[in-house]
Amino acid sequence: MFYFILNRLIQSIPVLIIVITATFFLVRAAPGGPFSAEKNVPPEVVKALEAQYNLDQPIWQQYTSYINDLLHGQFGPSFRYPGRTVNELIEAGLPVTAELALYAMLLAVFIGVSSGVYAGLKPNSIHDYLPMSFSMIGICVPSFLMGPLMVLFFGIYMQWLPISGWGSTPGDKILPTLTLGLGYAAFISRLSRGGILEVMSKDYIRTARAKGLPARVIVFKHALRGGLIPVVAFLGPAFAGLLSGSFVVETIFQIPGLGRFYVQAAFNRDYTMILGTTIFFSTLIIMFNLLSDIISVWLDPKLRDQYRHNK
Amino acid sequence: MDNLIKSWVWLLGFTLITFVSIAGCSKGQSNVEKGNKHGILHWGNGTDPQELDPHIVTGVPEHHILSALLEGLVAKDPKTLQPIPAVAEEWSISTDKKTYVFKIRKSALWSNGDSLTAHDFVWSWWRALQPKLGNQYAYMLFPIENSEGFARGEITDFSRVGVKALSDDVLEVKLSNPTPYFLQLLDHYSMYPVHKKTIEKFGKAHERGTLWTRPGNFVGNGPFILKEWHLFRSIVVEKNINYWDEKKVNLNGIKFHPIENVTTEERMFRMGQLHKTASVPIDKVKTYRQNNPNLIKIHPYLGSYFYRFNTKIPHLNDKRVRKALAMSINRQQLTDRVTKGGETPAYTFTPPGTLGYSARDAFEFNPKMARNLMSEAGYPNGDGFPVTELLYNTSEGHRKIAVAIQQMWKKNLGINIILSNQDWKVYLDSVNNGNYAIARAGWIGDYVDPNTFLNMWVTDGGNNRTGWSDPYYDDLISKQAPVSLDKFDRYTIMAKAEAVLLESMPIIPIYIYNSKSLVHPSVKGIHPNILNYVLYKNIRLDNTLIEKEMD
Amino acid sequence: MLEAYKHKEKLAYKPNDCGGSLWSDGWIRLKKNKLAIVSSFILGFLCITAVLTPIIAPYGYEEQNLLLGAAPPSASHWLGTDVFGRDMLTRIMYGSRVSLAVGFIASGVAVFIGVLWGSLAGYSGGRTDAFMMRIVDILYALPFMIFIILLMVIFGRNLLLLFLAIGAVEWLTMARIVRGQVLTLKQQDFIEAAVSLGLSNWTIIRRHIIPNTLSPVIVYATLTIPSVMLLEAFLSFLGLGIQPPQSSWGLLISYGVETMEEYPWLIFFPGLFLSITLFSLNFLGDGLRDALDPRASKD
Repeated sequence: MFYFILNRLIQSIPVLIIVITATFFLVRAAPGGPFSAEKNVPPEVVKALEAQYNLDQPIWQQYTSYINDLLHGQFGPSFRYPGRTVNELIEAGLPVTAELALYAMLLAVFIGVSSGVYAGLKPNSIHDYLPMSFSMIGICVPSFLMGPLMVLFFGIYMQWLPISGWGSTPGDKILPTLTLGLGYAAFISRLSRGGILEVMSKDYIRTARAKGLPARVIVFKHALRGGLIPVVAFLGPAFAGLLSGSFVVETIFQIPGLGRFYVQAAFNRDYTMILGTTIFFSTLIIMFNLLSDIISVWLDPKLRDQYRHNK
Repeated sequence: MDNLIKSWVWLLGFTLITFVSIAGCSKGQSNVEKGNKHGILHWGNGTDPQELDPHIVTGVPEHHILSALLEGLVAKDPKTLQPIPAVAEEWSISTDKKTYVFKIRKSALWSNGDSLTAHDFVWSWWRALQPKLGNQYAYMLFPIENSEGFARGEITDFSRVGVKALSDDVLEVKLSNPTPYFLQLLDHYSMYPVHKKTIEKFGKAHERGTLWTRPGNFVGNGPFILKEWHLFRSIVVEKNINYWDEKKVNLNGIKFHPIENVTTEERMFRMGQLHKTASVPIDKVKTYRQNNPNLIKIHPYLGSYFYRFNTKIPHLNDKRVRKALAMSINRQQLTDRVTKGGETPAYTFTPPGTLGYSARDAFEFNPKMARNLMSEAGYPNGDGFPVTELLYNTSEGHRKIAVAIQQMWKKNLGINIILSNQDWKVYLDSVNNGNYAIARAGWIGDYVDPNTFLNMWVTDGGNNRTGWSDPYYDDLISKQAPVSLDKFDRYTIMAKAEAVLLESMPIIPIYIYNSKSLVHPSVKGIHPNILNYVLYKNIRLDNTLIEKEMD
Repeated sequence: MLEAYKHKEKLAYKPNDCGGSLWSDGWIRLKKNKLAIVSSFILGFLCITAVLTPIIAPYGYEEQNLLLGAAPPSASHWLGTDVFGRDMLTRIMYGSRVSLAVGFIASGVAVFIGVLWGSLAGYSGGRTDAFMMRIVDILYALPFMIFIILLMVIFGRNLLLLFLAIGAVEWLTMARIVRGQVLTLKQQDFIEAAVSLGLSNWTIIRRHIIPNTLSPVIVYATLTIPSVMLLEAFLSFLGLGIQPPQSSWGLLISYGVETMEEYPWLIFFPGLFLSITLFSLNFLGDGLRDALDPRASKD
């Protein structure tokens, strides 16, 4: 097990290097520099600015000094916010995005698993069709459609909930969480249903039933563990999806989170910010994928054997 | 199994109740109600400010905050835009209009109690001109003798620059030319004083982005001090008790909300979260004008929306073509139906009423004459006119206008235009490098004087970018106008230049900008003016107004 | 509770009177699934309309009516008009061309690459397989959304780049699925027979392996199309996908969001069409999966 983790960690390193290098050169290749402005910037000012940000050095030198800074945990100064380092900006935006992603994930898992298991335990009945129809809606109505519609209804017509900000008015976290999480809840719901269906037809469940164990024990103690494997495996990609979904949700609800900054930084050619956020997100995604793989292997005895033998 | 169902239903019910109770909680006191009670103004401020160092920033949102934290020698009357005393209690101008002497008031203090002296201004302007600092607004100081040379690094001895502290409270400024708008320039943030000791505590004078601008460190001389700066969320300033005119200041504080999305901002206004917005969504203008005309404030703004021609392109090099294109745009229809903000169609480049200057309309909407011009130029009914690209920076508003104009040109002249949009930075590069045929542009005047609009178009001017050049124009703008001592004489010279410009039409003026915002009725003391200029110490919040339901 | 399962097993293992191939069995099962049939009709209708749009659209694509402005649905404009007075029905029809094209083409690219890669890897086995799948693993870990955004911002938003970028994201899972199938197939007797006959590897892959992987491929492809369309709509919403004058449903929705309160039909109708298309694709995909491989676990 330990070797498995180690193995995967080592594999992640080339991925990170590719991400960093590719982003570094891609961003530099982009047309439109960080200092262009409507009012003409005189050449001596441009020179001064470039000198301050080391942009006048040859590109290989910039690359190596960037990597060097990275190894010390420094993402560099932001171009757009002269007084701030990218570290500071990430620190400002991260808690918000993390909270949003966490709540959305919790919502998705909670609603998804409970409705999916519920549906799966009584297949082809109304208890199945109803949740599954809702989940189909959740999958097919994208967040950028669902969000504005909820804003319109809950925020403006009924005036029940605030429609922008995060943490500034009580209740303003509800709509963004719903918008981001419901789509994933829908998907997890289907996954859980499938997983439970698959597991319930297994022999060991039949044995438990024959033994006369009550339904609740069967479901919670035996079925769930196997049935949720596809859900756990999905959590890795789900996390990546939540992060990118946050771009849209943060834009719609004007939430000061990292996702929104990422898009803005890309538009503003804030090189260091783009790099910093990309690296940061990538690291998170890689870690989360690894975590989800580890948990799936731990949960599924077959996979565990497979890896023990392949070691 | 039914237990399972039961537990699920319970959970659902519980969630619903929590949901509703939280939702119920949100109907507390709104920002506006609370603000009116405590004297806090909630101000929608557009984009998040980059920095709060007046010698580094370039934007309008920053200006709103900096004009609360700092004060220049001279301010402006919000109604007439005439200069009024600020840090300088009086001043005198020499007969040749090139020397100004300012008397700095003795009661002027920094927020930490230090005295504000003429030496502060000398040092601040020295800093603003530091080449290493990369101050994009350094040019505001260039009317001062030798300042441009110093900024370029050609002169290294600052004592040659025309600013001297004759004593602790007398400041003498020498200009290279009589510059009638000089007093206005003093109200721009690049000419605000900065606190030397604070800056040097946190780094060198020419270092960008040191910690001196953080709350707790920032020392300013304006009516407010910086209390909180939550990145991307809000900036809060509170009353500065050491401000010399502190008794006149009614507000206890201002909270600046950075809200980029216009629609969100308008919704926040409706929910009572803001006293004033930075803008109004176009499609809401009509609704407000009809239902709540007392809430919406629209007035002309010192800016021009126009299209540039790349005159180096062969078929655009013919001024008949350019004039034809200018004359076949129905500007009235554009502002009525597309922009819908009540903007003024522009038939001159300089906005009319620029402190008494009004150029003569140089053309009109005349499709017939336009068609004749096109025929003369060799493209009867648009035949043979090469497909031309119209470039604009990605934005809904610009797209709408471009689409409408594309249609107008097709209908009136029979020519084909393709639209292309690029992201802001890319678009700027393209225009700067001449990679365009026709490009959308906008220009906001830095000060109220035709010069800020007309000196763009001198040969090889940094803001020209069209490749157009006319030595007579250069002569009028760069040689004759600056030395003129009489206001009307000068205006006549500039009007002549503008006529030259519009006769050649390297640009197509389209409309004069409007400033639109929503203002809560409890806010008193904001006066409409062409610069959108606000004097915070004039503002007070009327707490006696009863909250009415705003639709 | 277990009675339900017995019923399901009966469905799956029902003996066929005629005894046919996988395909004819599948077809019969599919026909029974009413939702899937309705979905395929809807999709067919949408595709035909998309193709015929230039001929049957009621108004010109760029035809503006500035005097009219944004108007709610009426007799002359069934779905209303946008702020320029352009007919929404026409715009949605033209938008369908782009959205569906992106969906089908990008999925096609993904399927093509994925099937080739997966079958090659699975059939070759050993080091080649390990190497090829390692690349898939590495690529899988990259945060693609971020890269797509970056690419779009940097290189401008052109349609070709969009196809490639989206296709490049989706082929990975396809490759994995196909490889899994191929690994199982490799053990089968008829492959051994083909090898002993002396057929070249490539012929085996082409003639025997790929056709037999088709059923999960078809199912997955049908399910990829909606996620591709969603991806395109997502990018367009952020301002990074299709750019005007072309328009897709995603772009139309993003325009509609801004004026949601004053002109709700501008977001309602494009949203409706997008959702219906996604529904149909998903139901059809599900139906195909039930029909072709009823024992496969859902998702």
